Amino acid sequence: MLEGWIIFIASVAYLGLLFAIAFWGDKRADAGRSIINNPYIYALSMAVYCTSWTFYGSVGRAATSGLDFLPIYLGPTLVLVLWPFVLERMVRISAENRITSIADFIASRYGKSLYLGGIVTVIAVFGILPYIALQLKAVSTSFTVLIQYPEIVMPRHLGRVPLFQDTAFFVALIMALFAILFGTRHIDASEHHEGMVIAIAFESVIKLAAFLAVGAYVTFGLFDGFGDLFARANAVAEVSQLFHQASVGGYAQWSTLLVLSMFAIVCLPRQFQVAVVENVNPDHVRKAAWLFPLYLILINVFVLPIAIGGLLQFPDRGVDADTFVLTVAMANHQEGLALFAYIGGLSAATGMLIVATIALSTMVCNDLVVPVLLRMRSFQARFTGDLTAFLLFVRRSAILFVLLLAYTYMRLIGESYALVTIGLVSFAAAAQFAPALLGGIFWKGGTRAGAMTGLLLGTVMWLYTLVLPSFARSGWLSMDFIELGPFGIEVLKPYALFGMSGIDHLSHSLFWSMLVNIGGFIWVSLLSKPSELELLQAGEFVQKLDSPGAAPVTAWRGSASVGELQDVLRRFLGDDRAVAAFAEFARRHDMNLDHHAEAVPALVSFAERQLAGVIGAASAQAMVASVTKGEVVSTEDLMRILDETSQVIEYSHELEEKSRALEETTAELRAANVRLQELDRLKDNFITTVGHEFRTPLTSIRAAGEILSDNPALPNAERDRFYSIVVAETQRLTRLIDQLLDLSKMEAGSIEWSMAPLDLGATIDAAVAAASPLAQAEGVRLGAELPGGLPRVYADRDRLIQVLVNLISNAVKFCDPADGRVHITARRNGGTVVVDVIDNGPGVAPGERERIFERFQQGGSGETLTNKPKGTGLGLAICREIVERFGGKVWVEPAAERGSVFRFTLPALEAAPAA
Amino acid sequence: MNHSVLVVEDDDNIVLSLTFLLEKSGFKTRVVGDGNAALNEMRKAKPDVVLLDVMLPERDGFSVCEEIRANSAWSDVHVIMLTAKGRDADREKGLAAGADEFITKPFSTRDLVAKVKAAIGMAAG
Repeated sequence: MLEGWIIFIASVAYLGLLFAIAFWGDKRADAGRSIINNPYIYALSMAVYCTSWTFYGSVGRAATSGLDFLPIYLGPTLVLVLWPFVLERMVRISAENRITSIADFIASRYGKSLYLGGIVTVIAVFGILPYIALQLKAVSTSFTVLIQYPEIVMPRHLGRVPLFQDTAFFVALIMALFAILFGTRHIDASEHHEGMVIAIAFESVIKLAAFLAVGAYVTFGLFDGFGDLFARANAVAEVSQLFHQASVGGYAQWSTLLVLSMFAIVCLPRQFQVAVVENVNPDHVRKAAWLFPLYLILINVFVLPIAIGGLLQFPDRGVDADTFVLTVAMANHQEGLALFAYIGGLSAATGMLIVATIALSTMVCNDLVVPVLLRMRSFQARFTGDLTAFLLFVRRSAILFVLLLAYTYMRLIGESYALVTIGLVSFAAAAQFAPALLGGIFWKGGTRAGAMTGLLLGTVMWLYTLVLPSFARSGWLSMDFIELGPFGIEVLKPYALFGMSGIDHLSHSLFWSMLVNIGGFIWVSLLSKPSELELLQAGEFVQKLDSPGAAPVTAWRGSASVGELQDVLRRFLGDDRAVAAFAEFARRHDMNLDHHAEAVPALVSFAERQLAGVIGAASAQAMVASVTKGEVVSTEDLMRILDETSQVIEYSHELEEKSRALEETTAELRAANVRLQELDRLKDNFITTVGHEFRTPLTSIRAAGEILSDNPALPNAERDRFYSIVVAETQRLTRLIDQLLDLSKMEAGSIEWSMAPLDLGATIDAAVAAASPLAQAEGVRLGAELPGGLPRVYADRDRLIQVLVNLISNAVKFCDPADGRVHITARRNGGTVVVDVIDNGPGVAPGERERIFERFQQGGSGETLTNKPKGTGLGLAICREIVERFGGKVWVEPAAERGSVFRFTLPALEAAPAA
Repeated sequence: MNHSVLVVEDDDNIVLSLTFLLEKSGFKTRVVGDGNAALNEMRKAKPDVVLLDVMLPERDGFSVCEEIRANSAWSDVHVIMLTAKGRDADREKGLAAGADEFITKPFSTRDLVAKVKAAIGMAAG
């Protein structure tokens, strides 16, 4: 029944179904109804970890080494259960930076380095080749074995087959077609392949179901459950010993496998692809942290039973243990089960092939081909239009190239190794990414030079201690290389470097490669100085844990027009997507994007991120830089930015100061303005007041004049009275004019001062003498009481007398009308002399003591000038002007009993005499 | 005849001229120097005319005028205000306070007498 054509049709039908599922997934994604947006699909897609190596190889390993197959599954379980945040963090970083692959991630972390991306890609391609070869080998082996049914013949006994009869070759071609159809249907800035993911998840279900079916058949069909199975196994010494020894390879190998598989779950390009790049929601990681380990447990449950069943079934060891899953069913003529097992193995292999080649092709395209092409001017000149078709071509070629390379590897090397051993070579290669990858997200100090050094050293060590010996063992190199060391140098023996022997090859290789890798990474990182872009990227990657929602920092300097940017995007994303992306940006930022306007920094980094999703961070950065006038920030630039920033800060401080000063000035101006308005009002008042002061005597003069003129027959006494009014009021006017002129001259500073040292006592006497007639006329007793030895003062004599007379006549005017007394005293007080003019009048109200020294503000309450003593209202103002001119002060105080003391001080010329 | 005039003015020399002029014209003249005294004097005997200076000690002529106008018993008293400020604003303020006439210092003696006479309906001259 299991004719070749049936197997072939079943295979094709299965692949067709897979394609239909993928197509449906893509359609759903295009329609915006994603079906992969749930943690179950995510966890199942991560199960692409279980390849044909698991499906066939685990049983093979269990049959030869007992429980040694387990660490490969314990590693990922440990990582996911204990440290899911590591994965979660990578997912978040990748989502924000539009990371397309592990090469892109590492390049991006270390300053969007083109070289680093390229190096990672090359290592990945050559590191993963054995692994891909392994899948090809598994598919072709299983096909070859199954097709011999009912015979059970191992392919190695069939001899070498020509290329065009080799099923592996056709498998490679079919897989290439499949990967091309799935992975490169279109170029997408988000680099999500939803169809691929759902197909992979489906495959994970199929391979698990197939494996469980075979396991259940062996355990419950061939045997009576686990108890019977292990009891029967124990009866056979060769079989039972497998499970009674702890580990064939020893603890070193266990640890090595554990470490390798822990790294593999994030470092293998395909795992990075499904777990990080294809992740649509970081929250899924938490649930996958137990779902995925659960899957691993399920698929491992029947490994030992199948291995035991196989060993018991084929006691002569004529059947390769790697084929037990298939051959046990075949030997028992379970055709359907055998076909199902074959399909399960096929799905395990195709799942890996598809994801791995898509991941690698993305890396080859984004991190190898595009950067190189972007550097070539001839290319730049030729391809100025839409590049999406070209990019797809590159990716498709890369897929075909990788598969054919893997096939070649299989033809050259594959025959001589068991599946597991081949796979581990790839694991060891992928592990080289771990220091740069994990160091990159946890250690800010990691630099591009450090990462590059570590990667290169580790890879060289991997090549030397693992790959070259495998060539030797396959006969491509002399075995002397292994046994005697290169050129017979023993210390350099690849399996016993520097004399390290006694551990298995893999542990040996891992030890040395990790030593130089981690050592180189840390050492060079500490020595080298990162560029500013590296610092920025490092900050962004490492800080992701602290502030998951923070927007990416982009140090962008340089300018490009919106149109130019969109043109670049158009070339790599195609018209529709580029326009849609810009529209989306405009909508989200609520702005109109004028094609000729200069792009805001946010738009530049947005465009770069969109581009990064298609061609990787490093190329995207180079591409955007090619249209923007600015270059990537250099140290000088950054220093200048910092400098400018500090200048701006300083400047803003200055501005603050200035605005504060301005505010002060404004306040001063406002105050001055208020004062000015006040002065203006005062001037108005002054003029009005002066007018009033003139009008009052003029009224008397005019009235008296008209009365005299209209009444020629007035009696003499009355006539004289009116004449004297005219005279007195005329004098008052004259005095007023004199004082006004005096005052204005004093204020203008245009008065002549005859300053001289004066005998104060003599000057006071002179003033008293001048005022005596007035006092006598008013019946006021006037007296001075001056101590001897008054110091001299420096003043203008006439002006000082003017002050004194003014104060005395004021005092006389306001004296008690019945018993008027005015008294003058003078005394020295330190460096000054104090002169008091004391009256016994009504005193000055406290509120008026200052006011009366202003012009036209005479004593008495009420409104201005309501009281009209016989003064002009200018006397005290003039006194103050004069006294202040002499360096003294004048004010009024209430007298001890009643009345006022008008007191002024003058600086004494002589120092106080010694006592 | 014997109409009475209350002169409210604090400048002695002006008072001298005013009393001479008014008495010569046959008015019975009383003189006070401030606003409160003026109101007291009015309560004693209602004058026909009040010659009210604006600039007075204690309270100004405007408020005195307002108080006079507030008392209905004095509604027939004629108030003539005297001001040395000569500004329209003062004039309006005085008229608003209820003054009948406004005379600016320095004034013409004939004009003053004529205005007092006119106020009480006497023919000029």
